[in-house]
Amino acid sequence: MSARLPADVGSVGVSGASPVASAGSSASGADRQIVAVRGVQKRFSIGGDTTLALEEVDLRVEAGEFVSLIGPSGCGKSTLLRIIGDLTAPSAGSVEVNGKPAHRARHDRDYGIVFQAPVLFDWRTIDSNVQLPLEIVGTPRRERAQRASEMLALVELSDFRRHHPWQLSGGMQQRAAIARALVLEPRLLLMDEPFGALDEMTRERMNDELLRIWERTGTTVIFVTHSIPEAVFLSSRVVIMSPRPGRITRIIPIDLPRPRDDATRETPRYFELVTEVREALRGGELRQPAQGKAADEAAGRLGT
Amino acid sequence: MTAAGALLPRRRRPALEMHGAASAARGVLSFVVVTLLIAVVWEGAKWIAGDPWREILGMPLNPPHVPPFNVLQLNDQNLPHVWDIVAAFGRPATRNNPFTLGAVLTDAALFTGRSAVVGFAAGAIFGLALAVVFVHSRLLERALVPYVVASQTVPIIALAPMLVLWVGTEWTSVALVSAYLTFFPVTIAGIRGLTSPDPRALELMRSYAGGWWGVLWKVRFPAALPYLFTAFKISATASVVGAIVGEEPTGIRGGLGRAILEFNTQYISGPEKLWATVLVSAALGIALFAAVRLAELLVLRGRVAAVEA
Repeated sequence: MSARLPADVGSVGVSGASPVASAGSSASGADRQIVAVRGVQKRFSIGGDTTLALEEVDLRVEAGEFVSLIGPSGCGKSTLLRIIGDLTAPSAGSVEVNGKPAHRARHDRDYGIVFQAPVLFDWRTIDSNVQLPLEIVGTPRRERAQRASEMLALVELSDFRRHHPWQLSGGMQQRAAIARALVLEPRLLLMDEPFGALDEMTRERMNDELLRIWERTGTTVIFVTHSIPEAVFLSSRVVIMSPRPGRITRIIPIDLPRPRDDATRETPRYFELVTEVREALRGGELRQPAQGKAADEAAGRLGT
Repeated sequence: MTAAGALLPRRRRPALEMHGAASAARGVLSFVVVTLLIAVVWEGAKWIAGDPWREILGMPLNPPHVPPFNVLQLNDQNLPHVWDIVAAFGRPATRNNPFTLGAVLTDAALFTGRSAVVGFAAGAIFGLALAVVFVHSRLLERALVPYVVASQTVPIIALAPMLVLWVGTEWTSVALVSAYLTFFPVTIAGIRGLTSPDPRALELMRSYAGGWWGVLWKVRFPAALPYLFTAFKISATASVVGAIVGEEPTGIRGGLGRAILEFNTQYISGPEKLWATVLVSAALGIALFAAVRLAELLVLRGRVAAVEA
């Protein structure tokens, strides 16, 4: 596999693109900027107290990038992801996805979401869980089955398509959740600590797989994580965020060559970058993790 | 259970696995054994403190067995012999009646059963519709739930005659009484079940731009099913009670309610007839309950047992 250029990668997902998913996906030069966050602020009011969760966040993400948001608990990284995904509205500022307001982009199904929990439906088989977004869109049955089986092959779950979620391990469930997020062929994949609940070994394996999937689909990824090694291994850029009020303190480009694999994790450059991210995280702000976390959780609930 | 609980995967055996064919057979067997045990205790009590026994299972006892004690509640008037109750099914329902009690009670059970089934279906649909409305409108929920609760505190004995005035002396008004008792558990469980999905599941649906109907049909309703079946099981028995009670003050003929009234007046001459009627009423309730349980097993096949029945 050669070093990957975002625009020219043949993608499994593109076959049989649905009219909805392909709307506005013409790859002209202006479209290379897939996410534009401008002056976004987010305030939460909890029992009369107003907390500033995000303060003046600006972020541009180009098509095909893999951008990680990293920061201590309570820095608002999940909130920022949710604002980009139009799951919660910013208090000020604007978000454009694919050149459209986030709200419009959501209705055009321009992005897929993966949470920390797989949130698969118990009463559906893995195959039928992956088909769910297609059912909502109204894709004909036969095409649904075809696309779901492509996605399950991509995440290497073809043998488990008839299983129910609770019969699968945590890592497999998360792979199914990724397949479901990709089945509408979104141009943007939003991932909120997707591997946070997995053990270290499974997490590394999932990281390898995610990179492989990303390289094959050409999707842009915004990835929220707590893990410095994970952020460095996966990303083209790592966005460092400070604790409350959350804002972007630094953006570190990750120049590790692709494709990345286990050997990448042992190169000196990898360690240098891990150190650089760690120091960037440590630099500056005073840490207030316990208070920040509680507020962040409350904020997440309010934003629902 | 937490809000997340319903959707978070758990390693548990699916409902059907625990209730396979072998297990079902075991259930029926233990039911029969318990029934026999009750009969033995029943007769044992009469042996110790009932009226003198002149026969046992139709065979004459000579000399008769005279129990050492005498308890009023255990005499033949208050607690007839089990075999007398069973035998009553084969005898004429009333003097000069060409039909046996068994035939009469079967007809009555079918008549009441129809009211109960129709009432159950109507009540379940209405109850679920209310739950759907309440889940989508906090305002309506707050405004109407007190009335829903109040509706269940009004004695059905008071309401039934009014319903008959409005609807007429038909089995349909009995079905209405039955529906009245049925809808409440369905509404309460429905609200709980429809709001049980993980909030992130609703956010996922939002990200697919699924409308309220998609959320209801693909997420809320399937998630609510285990809760709903628990309510349906409560409602199935309540619907039989509703139908029997609905028949009594309305004077509608042909059902178990009327039979209970009639055999009540004949209790002195034939207590076993009323007991037989009670048995048939119980059997009707069990039959409806079992039908719901069977439907539950089929519908929730392959799921983890998320809600204890």
